[in-house]
Amino acid sequence: MIRFLIRRVMLGLITLWVIITLVFVLYYARPGVDPARELAGRAVTPALLANINKEYGFDQPVIVQYWHYLERLVPIPGHFNLGTSNTNRLPVTTIIAQAAPVDISLAAGAAILWTVLGISVGVLAARRPRSLLDRGATVFVLTGVSMPVFILGLLLLYVLYYQLTIHGFAIFPKPGSWTPITTNPLEWAHDLILPWITVALVVAATYSRLTRSSLLETLGEDYIRTARAKGLSERRVVYRHALRSSLTPIVTQFGIDLAGVLGGAIVTESIFGLPGLGLAVVQAIQVQNLPVVIGIVLVAAFFVVAANIIVDALYAVLDPRVRVS
Amino acid sequence: MTLSAVDVARPPAPSEEPAVKGIEGRTPLQLVVARLRTDRVALASVVVILLIVALAIAAPLIAAITGHGPSQTNVDSGTDANGQPLPPGTAGYLLGTDNLGRDILVRIAFGARISLLVGVLATAIATIVGVVVGLFAGYFGGWLDTLLARLMDVVLSFPYVLFAIVLVSVFGSSLPLTILVIAFFSFAAIGRIVRGQALSQREKEYVEASHSLGAGNLRIMFVDILPNLVAPVIVLATLLIPAAIIFEATLSFLGLGVQPPTPSWGNMLSDAEGVGFQAWWFYIFPMLFLLATTLAFNLLGDAVRDALDPRTERLFAGRRKNKPA
Repeated sequence: MIRFLIRRVMLGLITLWVIITLVFVLYYARPGVDPARELAGRAVTPALLANINKEYGFDQPVIVQYWHYLERLVPIPGHFNLGTSNTNRLPVTTIIAQAAPVDISLAAGAAILWTVLGISVGVLAARRPRSLLDRGATVFVLTGVSMPVFILGLLLLYVLYYQLTIHGFAIFPKPGSWTPITTNPLEWAHDLILPWITVALVVAATYSRLTRSSLLETLGEDYIRTARAKGLSERRVVYRHALRSSLTPIVTQFGIDLAGVLGGAIVTESIFGLPGLGLAVVQAIQVQNLPVVIGIVLVAAFFVVAANIIVDALYAVLDPRVRVS
Repeated sequence: MTLSAVDVARPPAPSEEPAVKGIEGRTPLQLVVARLRTDRVALASVVVILLIVALAIAAPLIAAITGHGPSQTNVDSGTDANGQPLPPGTAGYLLGTDNLGRDILVRIAFGARISLLVGVLATAIATIVGVVVGLFAGYFGGWLDTLLARLMDVVLSFPYVLFAIVLVSVFGSSLPLTILVIAFFSFAAIGRIVRGQALSQREKEYVEASHSLGAGNLRIMFVDILPNLVAPVIVLATLLIPAAIIFEATLSFLGLGVQPPTPSWGNMLSDAEGVGFQAWWFYIFPMLFLLATTLAFNLLGDAVRDALDPRTERLFAGRRKNKPA
């Protein structure tokens, strides 16, 4: 198991290094591009360019630049430096620290919702294959898989916010509402409910499909017949014996999805005007705020890689076969 | 799963009288087509896809009949006295106009071209690259396999929407770049499956036989092994098309894909978002076409998977019994 974990951590670190290096090549070391000019953004002055050139050392050989670039990413307080935004001159780390709570809130609520919904629908479908319930679940899954996030978000806004509000039922908040949980937890949940549903419904579809096929496969195993032969109740057989061991593929998927949302639910945040990392990166691209784009991309890549490693560790805990090999 | 498993041709028996028919050798392709023809959902999906293809092909014709180009703004006839967009059903504008007085029907028809082009081309590139990489990795094994398999792992664990954004922000958005980005993030899904299959196929006797007949590695890989992998590749490719279409629409919706004034379903919805919900026809029509397309491809993919899988033969036999031809 230790060997397995070490291998996964190594793979994660390699992935992270590839991303970090690609970002360096694409943004700083692309031939024919003046990186200082790119980083300066729209309000560019010769003094600013000179400053950036000095700070990043763009007059030095590429390999030295790369070394300094890696140095700035070493996660030690005071050392770690993602540069400054070229519009409001705030450190990029500050901008990310302000936006991150939005992503964490969005991811936490949505993850609970999609796990509960996805697994329940999958279990219901698997317990009565080919029944009406199973067909309904299939429709749910196919709609979810075919549904782009932005269409679901716009539809929810149109029906639940716009139509209800113009008919006098202002139940859901208008896009752009955001309250930190520390200010008012109820208001926080109220502002996030539509974004949660948007993220959760699309992801839940995948979970239902995975749960259904995985559970159906497990229910055909010999040990399930043994459990039934022992006289265990159907409920106990399904939930204690079968479901637990069919959850491993779902854990993998969970890590990927959670990381995706943490790394900026770009579309959802754009539609609902949530001031998270996703919205920040889209806005930064529009105003050519390169330091912010690079910073958010690197942080998001870290989230994704870290989540993958945690999932692999969980995998080892859940599945004894992984532990032994 | 191998196609040869169902390919049981009847040995020739010339003595039989011609009255005894009903047992005919059928090729795997004939079997699959026969199964699909009993599947009403699959047939409906094919009809929907053909209609969308027809719409895309006829786009210039529709433009000629209505007299409106896809990005032509009709300031006089396309808006009402207050400069507001026209609702659907207005004379000359079947699906209404947008805020610039552009004909939504014509724009949807031209948008269909973009969606289908991206979906099919990105999937084709991803499939070819995935098959080649997967075959080389699985067939040769050793360090080449380790390298290619790790590469595919890295690609699969990439935060791909984010990385698409990076590339677009560096190189500027364009249709070829969009297609390449989607293909790059899709090839690993196919490559991994092909690699796994190739790993098991290369141990089979027929590969040994081919070796002893003096066949080279390339011949064994592409002439002997590849036909056995066609089934899973076709299924995955069919399911990659809607994913690619959604990916393109999402990028265009965020302003990072197809650039205005060229119409795509994604950027039409992004235009609509800027206007507000009063003009519901801005939203509904691009949404409906996008959903119909992705749903049809997903349903067809599921149906093809069932039809290619010999284990589901009972299901199809049941259908044939219920509805005698």
